[in-house]
Amino acid sequence: MSLAALAEDHGLHRVGARPPFFAYLKQAWQRRDFITAMAGYRLRADLEGNRLGILWLLLQPVLNAVIYGIIFGVLQSSATRGEDYAARVVIGVFLWQFFAKSLTQGAKSITGNQSLVQSLAFPRLTLPVAEVIEQFLSLLPSMGLLVVLLPFMGHPPTWSWLGMIPLLFLFTLFNTGVALIAARLTVHVQDLSQLLPYLSRILFYTSGVLFDVSKIFKAHPAVMQLYDFYPLYQVLQMARSSLMGGFSYDPMYWLYFSIWSVVTFVVGLLFFWAAEERYGRD
Amino acid sequence: MTEPLTPLRPVITPDSVAADGRRPVVIVDDLHVKYRVYSSGKAIKRNTRGVLKAPSRGIRVVHALKGVSFVAYENESIGVIGSNGSGKSTLMRAVTGLTPPESGAVYAASRPNLLGVGAALIPDLSGDRNIMLGGLALGLTRKEVEELHDPIVNFAELSEFIDLPMRTYSSGMQARLKFAIATIKHHEILIVDEALSVGDRRFRQRSENRIREIRDNAGTVFLVSHSMTSIRDTCSRTIWLNKGDLIMDGPTDEVVTAYEESRR
Repeated sequence: MSLAALAEDHGLHRVGARPPFFAYLKQAWQRRDFITAMAGYRLRADLEGNRLGILWLLLQPVLNAVIYGIIFGVLQSSATRGEDYAARVVIGVFLWQFFAKSLTQGAKSITGNQSLVQSLAFPRLTLPVAEVIEQFLSLLPSMGLLVVLLPFMGHPPTWSWLGMIPLLFLFTLFNTGVALIAARLTVHVQDLSQLLPYLSRILFYTSGVLFDVSKIFKAHPAVMQLYDFYPLYQVLQMARSSLMGGFSYDPMYWLYFSIWSVVTFVVGLLFFWAAEERYGRD
Repeated sequence: MTEPLTPLRPVITPDSVAADGRRPVVIVDDLHVKYRVYSSGKAIKRNTRGVLKAPSRGIRVVHALKGVSFVAYENESIGVIGSNGSGKSTLMRAVTGLTPPESGAVYAASRPNLLGVGAALIPDLSGDRNIMLGGLALGLTRKEVEELHDPIVNFAELSEFIDLPMRTYSSGMQARLKFAIATIKHHEILIVDEALSVGDRRFRQRSENRIREIRDNAGTVFLVSHSMTSIRDTCSRTIWLNKGDLIMDGPTDEVVTAYEESRR
């Protein structure tokens, strides 16, 4: 009889062994209160030091939208700016922030919580997920603001606004997948956290947050075909088409983006789980 | 230290464990842990030829545990002693599964917990919210934490200040709160790493009592400490580590005496 078998006999298990995938997901689900508490408390702790406190959740995206909107509104000719520039930019910038922060904060979720990871045993999945939830919570006020702003920009509420609910759900799945992948990669290669801001900027300028991509690449239909495989572009276009009347888009985007988000989410879960034993190692 | 210490390498076999009769809770089997660290290169021999061979960056392997074996049984409280850098904390982290072994294995009846909820807490939040956060981090449910809230506050003796942000607490108050949160959960296997050195004398005694309570409730406790008084007061058995080797494993009195002898 080996020692391992004897351990088994007494009900002893190898410590730190990675649980099977579905058991792991179940353990993470049992920690859902921890995830939401961490997300909510962190958000609060970040803001409460400021005089305007929770108001910054509105001010930050608004200031971003105003600054980008003005600079790129002046720089661009009306040929590439697209119609309804203000509404496009506001929707684009608000949603963009959700993605960008999920990516950069998610990437830091393990390496930035090293001491927590080294002192308590819990499914590490909770850390990147809590980051995405925190970003989702901070997105909600700006979505509320959109509801107020859009009618002033000439877009009265319609039933199609409800399309934002499934869209935000899919977007959250997508961002969670991205955060999980980034979190694990950063553990292997710390340098990634130095690179991510640049990656994020490239995505920002290419995903059509500020530009009307279809106008810029009018002469290059091949490039536009590539955009059919660009999930970030699709999210922004779908959001605009739900919120702004008379905005043309291909309903197939719903199918594409659903596939994108589910695949990214599942791949992210598997990829993150596979290295569970690795997290916390110095 | 006059003579070099000879490592103790007990061979743990299924028979030796079974013969003991008591229920084993933790089996540490020939555990090796290595850390790979980027070093500044000062300590390693430089063999730099050519410009591209970076002179200062190299991976240095630190062999932190060199084949440690022991068996811990139910209702035992085990002291872990040794000078700084002897591998005590590494051993404890490996026992909790937080540091993966290079070779060998640790088997345990349930996941050992390190008494270290502190890292989950957020200094800008009030004591109240930190109790909730810490409790959830330990795996309790929201309702359980709510029920345990008052006992935690009472044990930490912080009822006046519990609504203030934790960063405004003194270091002793913070340590009390962390200890109170961490020990509120029923731990089958608990590891206490230097947590008792904080706080005043009265709190130290109360926390030592708390640890004895845990042990008496069918728990197994590991206590890492530099305070031989704490070790003698709380532990029946002691393990002595030196530079990653197990030197002695036996009744506290014998081991502590030998340890103190060696340091003269």
